[in-house]
Amino acid sequence: MKAETLAALQEARNKRHALALATRLSDAAETLIYPDKALGAQASDETLLSAARRALEIGRSETVDVGGQRIFLNVYVPPPRLIIVGAVHIAQSLAPMASLLDFDVTVVDPRRAFATDSRFPGVKVMQEWADEAFEKMGLDRSTAVVTLTHDPKLDDPALEYALKSEVFYIGALGSRKTHAKRKERLAEAGITEEQFARVHGPVGLNIGAKSPAEIAISILGQIIEVRARRLEALSAPKVAAA
Amino acid sequence: MSDALDVLDQVGKWKAGGKGVAIATVITTWGSSPRPVGSQLGVDDTGAMVGSVSGGCIEGAVVKEALAAIADGKPRLLDFGVSDEQAWDVGLACGGKVQVFVEKVN
Repeated sequence: MKAETLAALQEARNKRHALALATRLSDAAETLIYPDKALGAQASDETLLSAARRALEIGRSETVDVGGQRIFLNVYVPPPRLIIVGAVHIAQSLAPMASLLDFDVTVVDPRRAFATDSRFPGVKVMQEWADEAFEKMGLDRSTAVVTLTHDPKLDDPALEYALKSEVFYIGALGSRKTHAKRKERLAEAGITEEQFARVHGPVGLNIGAKSPAEIAISILGQIIEVRARRLEALSAPKVAAA
Repeated sequence: MSDALDVLDQVGKWKAGGKGVAIATVITTWGSSPRPVGSQLGVDDTGAMVGSVSGGCIEGAVVKEALAAIADGKPRLLDFGVSDEQAWDVGLACGGKVQVFVEKVN
């Protein structure tokens, strides 16, 4: 591996960009494939590039055969990220559990009494309004957003922002009734019914969860399910239209 | 994936510190194997390791090849599996097969 390749992989990670590294096994020649460009030994090999883009899309590394050459495609995708809006009691269970699942966790809450590092050891805490925090972080396809505050002032702007992004999961705590009211408020803000359908509410799988830790498990179960189904759908063979 | 990126971080540090470094990557698996395709092990010229390419069963053999790759600069393709008699020595207890690519970081 070239030193420049190593640097490119590290840079992509820091910027949360997806990147595939194609290594020709016969001579270790390298090609870097970004979603929008390619650099290196086989940067103009269209067969390789399309295989690499597919691997990037699915997020799965594999060895492929291109023109009789074995090439290893190593896919580096940003780790999934969970942004929790509301540094509340449930968040104190949800944050450490999500970290165990290898999520990069950030808790966002503008209220000083809630958003303290001591309540969330080892987790990034941002004492800011959600939409401002989202603007700084940049919401991508590897991100999940969960709102837990129960307060429309805090939750609604977060949902509105998340619905305009590519995040793979949006969940909002609250009863069916609360959720229906939320839908009305967001409709006034211009969110269509179709857009609103992306919000999982009441949040989580229906497993009869009551305690904060149980609710955290139901939320994470749902996030895992949504993510797995999405990857399954992406990696399924494409059926040609009749 | 986060594992793989931690490996690259440590490899970068070793490299910046002037050490000879190699990276081993699982490139194919058959049957049950302990670590998925893309898993990486970084090795420095003293044999120090970061990451993993198995549950610990083949790391010893991979480190040996990594040190050789650091010395001669040539990439290597290693096969481990129960069908290979040699593999009984290094022992993939799970019964799977893995192919590992080892290369020097230049």
